[in-house]
Amino acid sequence: MVASGALAAVGAIATAWPFINNLNPAADTLALSSIEVNVKAIAVGQAISVKWRGKPVFIRHRTEQEIKEAEAVPLAELRDPQTDDSRVTDTAKKVRREWLIVIGVCTHLGCVPLGTKQGDPRGEYGGWFCPCHGSQYDTSGRIRKGPAPLNLAVPDYLFTSDTLVKIG
Amino acid sequence: MASQHGAQPVFNNKVIAWIDHRLPIFSYIEKEYHTFPTPRNFNYFWNFGAIATVMLLLMIATGVVLAMNYQPNSELAFASVERIMRDVPSGWLLRYMHMTGASFFFAAVYVHIFRGLYYGSYKAPRELLWILGVVILLLMMATAFLGYVLPWGQMSFWGATVITNLFSAIPVVGDSIVTWLWGGFAVDNPTLNRFFALHYLLPFIIVGVVALHVVALHVHGSNNPLGIDPKGPQDTVPFHPYYTMKDGFGVVCFLIVYAIFVFFLPNALGEPVNYVPANPMVTPNEIVPEWYLLPFYAILRAVPDKLGGVICMFGAIAVLFVLPWLDTSRVRSCTFRPVYKWFVFLLVADVLILGVCGAHPPEGWYVPISRICAIYYFFHFLVLLPILGKIERPLPLPPSIADAVLSKKA
Repeated sequence: MVASGALAAVGAIATAWPFINNLNPAADTLALSSIEVNVKAIAVGQAISVKWRGKPVFIRHRTEQEIKEAEAVPLAELRDPQTDDSRVTDTAKKVRREWLIVIGVCTHLGCVPLGTKQGDPRGEYGGWFCPCHGSQYDTSGRIRKGPAPLNLAVPDYLFTSDTLVKIG
Repeated sequence: MASQHGAQPVFNNKVIAWIDHRLPIFSYIEKEYHTFPTPRNFNYFWNFGAIATVMLLLMIATGVVLAMNYQPNSELAFASVERIMRDVPSGWLLRYMHMTGASFFFAAVYVHIFRGLYYGSYKAPRELLWILGVVILLLMMATAFLGYVLPWGQMSFWGATVITNLFSAIPVVGDSIVTWLWGGFAVDNPTLNRFFALHYLLPFIIVGVVALHVVALHVHGSNNPLGIDPKGPQDTVPFHPYYTMKDGFGVVCFLIVYAIFVFFLPNALGEPVNYVPANPMVTPNEIVPEWYLLPFYAILRAVPDKLGGVICMFGAIAVLFVLPWLDTSRVRSCTFRPVYKWFVFLLVADVLILGVCGAHPPEGWYVPISRICAIYYFFHFLVLLPILGKIERPLPLPPSIADAVLSKKA
């Protein structure tokens, strides 16, 4: 009796699985789960925004001054303490300080912060400024002021050459 | 648990008792699907109602998930079906299940109808039960027709064109009706979009009519192969476990055959030309519906007049509605109707031959054969049944079901 009950349960799961699996992302969605970006055209001091998994990703080519400012911040001052180095390391553990790659979604309630385009306000810390509730991020994308709890998220990325980065 | 006639079952579980006192679902299940007295002499023909229900639920489940990826737009539909087949996880399986499921749903319903015809299940007091069944058949045919248009292949498009054009046979208002159905001047995107909406809607209406069908059945209980009413508890067994288990077994056997087609022969019952995207400029060599609509298609084409063909095709289903009143025999089951039973087999052969005719172009021998078979179909219902019921001498009926069942063992 237990055996037939167990077998029926296995049968029920086997029947249900294709229906549930059907709702998983399809091949075309999965194909866009990684993108490759050629960063050659981004001049020093410039930033671009690319779409990855439906969200904006900011790629900023940092100036020497922006890098120095980011490294000089004591961790005790940070709401979400992270070293600048840890935020510019790719999945092959190589550090490229001039490239900051962050997901452009404010960690407060999800607006897209300003600071990528020429002429955008960047807030007091030279990074990004979120117009929705006033969160301000520094040149490493870390939260310094305002209601956001966490730093701008850093996606997994890998520089396959000096000018080609694979995100995701 | 045993319950006397009229007494409410007592539930030991407090939660169940609380719910049942307010909404008696558990009492209902206990009465209608557990202790319900069911004739003890069912044969496997009686499984097919349950099988048909399982297929209906399967079609709805696969249909809903397919609709999550299908695009009901003439520019996108065909490609969306191919995307489901190739890119969507388990999409190929769900699509083949839905496609094959339609055929097996009809197969089960046709066997279920045969049982009704042979054993006289349509006779008093089950006339309304039978009529509800014919309504279900009509809704199924409409749903299947609408669904076949959705992949927007050549046969989808041209089948839609042919069947919607039928309505132009109606005098005076025919052409206006067709334009109204199309939402335009030909089968096109507006037609596809509304067909999708209706194809999603109709199965839920079928569920409602099936519910009425089952409620109607439970008023007087099931018929049985002998066609005589149960006279007491010795003639019946409780539905559970006897028929829950027998139906369960039958459903599994049916699903095995179904699975063979889904996994090994998924396109055997279909038309290859429907894998060609719809082209309004080119008609395929032959336009044929799916196999389950072929006999009606044959009747349509057998009549040389356009309006006559439409009337006869719908008439073939209309006669089923009045069947309980056409059959004048006092005896239900063909087991005891030694003459009529051969005509029932002849009707089955007739319908099968009509099906074969429907699959071929109306040329050569197929023309006179489909005409003779169409004439026999109407003769069978409108002439033979009323007359034979009065002049046939039935075999003597056994005194009770128990007598008949037990005497076989001797």
